[in-house]
Amino acid sequence: MAERSALDSSGIVPRSIQVGFVAAVIGLWFFLTLGGHVHLLLLPDPVKVWYAMVQLAVSGQLWAAAKVTLLSILKAYFTAVIPGLAIGFLVSRTLRSVQFFEPIFSGIFSVPLTLFFPLFIFFFGIGPNSKIAYGGLYAFFPVVITSIAAFANTDQLYIRAAQSMGASQLQLFRRVYFPSALPGILTGLRIATVVCVASVLGGETISSTNGVGHAIALQAELMETARMYAWVVYVVVAVVALNMALSVIETRTERK
Amino acid sequence: MPMSATQQRSQGQQFNRGRGAGDAVMDGKSKLAADAPVAIAVEHVTQRFDGRRPGQQVLALDDVSLEIRAGEFLCLLGPSGCGKSTLLNIIGGLNRQTSGTVRIGDTVVRGPTPSQVAFVFQESTLFPWYTVLENFKVSSDFQRSQASTWNDRAMSALRSVGMENFANHYPNQLSIGMKQRINLARGIFLDTPIILMDEPFAALDEQTRMVLGEDLSVLLARTGKTIVFVTHSLAEAVFLADRIVVMTARPGRIKATLTVEEPHPRSPDFMLAPRFSEIRNELFAILRDEIRQTVAAMREARDEGVVDG
Repeated sequence: MAERSALDSSGIVPRSIQVGFVAAVIGLWFFLTLGGHVHLLLLPDPVKVWYAMVQLAVSGQLWAAAKVTLLSILKAYFTAVIPGLAIGFLVSRTLRSVQFFEPIFSGIFSVPLTLFFPLFIFFFGIGPNSKIAYGGLYAFFPVVITSIAAFANTDQLYIRAAQSMGASQLQLFRRVYFPSALPGILTGLRIATVVCVASVLGGETISSTNGVGHAIALQAELMETARMYAWVVYVVVAVVALNMALSVIETRTERK
Repeated sequence: MPMSATQQRSQGQQFNRGRGAGDAVMDGKSKLAADAPVAIAVEHVTQRFDGRRPGQQVLALDDVSLEIRAGEFLCLLGPSGCGKSTLLNIIGGLNRQTSGTVRIGDTVVRGPTPSQVAFVFQESTLFPWYTVLENFKVSSDFQRSQASTWNDRAMSALRSVGMENFANHYPNQLSIGMKQRINLARGIFLDTPIILMDEPFAALDEQTRMVLGEDLSVLLARTGKTIVFVTHSLAEAVFLADRIVVMTARPGRIKATLTVEEPHPRSPDFMLAPRFSEIRNELFAILRDEIRQTVAAMREARDEGVVDG
């Protein structure tokens, strides 16, 4: 596919450009801080941030906060994905239900649910549960919207062929609907991952007692900017790693 | 006149029998099929569909009766939209007819009968997310076949269409012609006594079509399967069929039945024989009026703004 080669990021040239970009960002950071172009309280130099990162890791604070956040993200993700896929499949069964539900889900998804974040605190408390509920609900919509489209687009021809060969309902789902919808489903799952990470971390910065988002907000309030940036760098590294892992999974499930 | 009981009741009379029949025997049965048991019996089948407008109904098939003998190669021929594919789907249990009965052997058809009937469709129905071989495995699972020999049978079916080297390819890596060969191989692999083919070569170019038709004739001569083959190609029908059933323009009725007395496997030389052209011309004469009617009906529908293919 021509599209794929254009989007392919695994070649030597794109890879070196990507590495060069990261190096340039770090270089710029050194230049701005050591050259005295930015106040060191607003942006500490990279060496200071590096020490803060090491200190967070050694003291065990990193793991303690990361555990809370990762677990919240994971719980939010499954809260979104399992009902999202199930409801997506059920809605896709008839044209009428697609026409009825699809605009509803799309409409709700276009409303910034952040507006309702205080309600999540009211209902689920200030602990991780409010972040899980918030992230789970937010990420449910991209999953359900993409899976409705993906399941509903299954070619009738394949379904008829499978039925003519005697496929049971379960076989139809496993062998026809699911593999046919898989590329669309993966797109939804990917969006859900991004939404979960963003809303759990965001929720933690707004109001929480624990987690990485809470640590970032706290250090910012204390004007401990080196530590704050140390947390931010950890988040960026984790998100980039997650994104690369997702890309690998997606490439593997793609068909020639 | 060897017209058999119920089936050609009214239809035979609609056709002017004065035309040169060549070696084709009207309303008769080939020697091969005459003694064979009835494999498929279609009795007074009528099919109505809901039209575009509420309350409007389209009569697709009007009281069609037909008997197909075991081992027979029967072609359904007719203008487009005459209900050939609908009839095939009803026989295969994929569509439910409005009235009438279809029997396969002694069993009344009420849904797909995967142990008896395999389908080959106009477009490839190989699942693009599985390799060719995986497709065969999945088909065998659908059929609830317990046979552990599926792999050997799949490979031998692929060999019979010359596609054994593509077992591990994904369908989208193959050309349309190659895919149709494999669909054919899967039809054979499913090991049913009956194969229903819905214009399987329609998407192919003329050359590929002729070669595949020839291969099909050779293959089926070996297996002795009962075939119902929908086509709108006159040459294809004459080359492949033991018996050709010509249908009228919508509503679909049986207009005439021709027998082609030529043993299988048929060689391409048959296409050059004078008999071949005679039967083809005869078919064309029968069809011409129907095609005109179809075109006229389409114009009318277009003028009314209710074109339905």
